Amino acid sequence: MIRGLTVLLLCQFLGGVVVALTRLPVPGPVVGMVLLLGWLAWRRPADDSGTVRVSEALLKHLQLLFVPAGVGVVAYLTVLREHALPLGVSLVVSWLAGLLVVGWIVQGALAWRGRADQEAPRA
Amino acid sequence: MREDLLELLRSPLSLLLLTLAGYRLGLWLKHVTGAHPLAQPVIPAVALTGAGITLLDVDYAAYADAATLVSFWLGPATVALALPLYRQWSRVRAVLAPMLVALPIGAVVSIATAYGLVHLLGGSEELAATMAPKAATTPVSIALSETIGGVPALTAVVTVTAGILGAVLAPTLMTWARITDRRARGLAMGASSHGVGTSRSLSDDETEGAFSGLAMGLTALLTSVLIPVVLLVR
Repeated sequence: MIRGLTVLLLCQFLGGVVVALTRLPVPGPVVGMVLLLGWLAWRRPADDSGTVRVSEALLKHLQLLFVPAGVGVVAYLTVLREHALPLGVSLVVSWLAGLLVVGWIVQGALAWRGRADQEAPRA
Repeated sequence: MREDLLELLRSPLSLLLLTLAGYRLGLWLKHVTGAHPLAQPVIPAVALTGAGITLLDVDYAAYADAATLVSFWLGPATVALALPLYRQWSRVRAVLAPMLVALPIGAVVSIATAYGLVHLLGGSEELAATMAPKAATTPVSIALSETIGGVPALTAVVTVTAGILGAVLAPTLMTWARITDRRARGLAMGASSHGVGTSRSLSDDETEGAFSGLAMGLTALLTSVLIPVVLLVR
């Protein structure tokens, strides 16, 4: 477990180093994710290895990690009440638009490619 | 004596205990309702903890400070999203092209509608800047909000709320919208509902979870790059 934790933190740290050196407008942990992906592809760890177990444990409780940010709602109750309409409408509509745009484009492209693949042998 | 007790109740120890107890309650509710979509553990956790710190008269900054012990792990957890991605890598390659078209469009749509609608409905520039980065995962949306003149802590709240919307509603809505491919569903979830949505996807289906995690990472990156561009044309 400690070894796995070290691997995760090291990837995050190196991600931060990459961001600091290149000034990429990307968060360090996202670069860390790419680094860990490379590490996994290289080492091909077994399912009971520390890195795999630590990662699974963290992902299993992903929602817990957002609780502190969510609790910030108590600090902004007045602002949220006063601007309920612009904040609420903008949040819901924008969230829905993002969801559907991405979903429809990918689903559409996959369906289109599926049809193209089916027709290809006949041509 | 009572002073001592109150001090103990306001200590980081008890605030962390409250956070974990709220989350445990959420997990229990998820279990007893047979994983009902409404029973996302983050919701009771935020409600109980929020009520608790209000009653104890602890201000949010002090709570957030104590809760760093929890929120710190968001970074390593983001790194850990490489694991489902690695397991699904062969399926990722097949969707690379549609994904690289859909995610930037999704990010632009999210930023522009969030920003534009606040203005349209009479909100201030500060509120619009607060909303614009909400599709990126919290650590990123907070940083972006700061850069473009929003209120970072409020951005964190709306970001988590967007995630909760995703975890509760997105699977049903996507089915209605005929988005049935697991890969498309995961990408849409991660692009709009970051980590909280991803946790729902991961518990529904591993493929969906992997693509959601991937979309979350890429959307964080794309939002960072595209926010200055979209806000330039305002």
